[in-house]
Amino acid sequence: MFVQALAFYLFAAVAIAAGVMVISSRNPVHSVLFLILAFFNAAGLFILMGAEFLAMILVVVYVGAVAVLFLFVVMMLDINFVELRQGFLQYLPFGALVALALLAELALVLGTWLVSPEASALSRAPTPPADQITNTHALGAVIYTDYIYLFQAAGIILLISMIGAIVLTLRQREGVRRQSVPRQIARRREEAVELKKVPTRSGI
Amino acid sequence: MNALLIEYWPILLFLGIALGVSASAVGASLLLARQNPDSEKVSPYECGFEAFGDARRQFDVRFYLVAILFIIFDLEVAFLFPWAITLGEIGVFGFWSMVVFLAILTVGFIYEWRKGALEWE
Repeated sequence: MFVQALAFYLFAAVAIAAGVMVISSRNPVHSVLFLILAFFNAAGLFILMGAEFLAMILVVVYVGAVAVLFLFVVMMLDINFVELRQGFLQYLPFGALVALALLAELALVLGTWLVSPEASALSRAPTPPADQITNTHALGAVIYTDYIYLFQAAGIILLISMIGAIVLTLRQREGVRRQSVPRQIARRREEAVELKKVPTRSGI
Repeated sequence: MNALLIEYWPILLFLGIALGVSASAVGASLLLARQNPDSEKVSPYECGFEAFGDARRQFDVRFYLVAILFIIFDLEVAFLFPWAITLGEIGVFGFWSMVVFLAILTVGFIYEWRKGALEWE
């Protein structure tokens, strides 16, 4: 129990510190690296809550893919970051407003639990106790059958994002010579080599 | 609940060992080694000549496309894990539900293949 509490405070403290560094570090690449640290600590917190599947997905998808995407985006942008920092205080009120709205939503969620503790029992597929069934198993039992429409909608959203990314960023470059293996194999000797009889003391 | 956390105990142990080793390596070199920096020593160098330019150059937009396509297939694989371990219970319906999902994404895969998004010119 003591180790659990210690791990919780360690993960939570590092996550908050990394979050502060994300918004306060000067170099945006460092910001992304601190974001990855925050993701790892959030994964640790998920494991402490018993949500292993979420923790693994956080590491695989967020750290493995989303953070890499952020890194590419940061490196792709051609922005003078010193200039960008100067508007920091100017946008602070808007940022504070968004943060306040999120805090109010969080308070509403927690407040609902306080007002009616039985509210969580109303959900269609209640969370089974963690010692009877692993949560990956519990998830798999409902996603593909009970929530099939949402599952297929997720597939279609992924398809749309794939096509959108290709349409937006794919540009065919002109004048690029590509290697074509079938053409290389289909080439005959007659097309490539020509024998000429050259008389002595005269050029071709 | 606690049985679950006990399974993760070795990972926490490894995390602690990794923290200890890395902290001691950096800390020992900070404390024990002689530090005598000057501007020439701490400036970046490029094998004997002056650095040609800044290391931060603009990336090609193609890296971004590769990263997005990777995320999409990563998510597809994430959906496969719970499906694989519950296949015995969700039956034929669950099986075909996943097959339809994979078919939708295969349409996208064929599209990007035909468009040449997987090729690096």
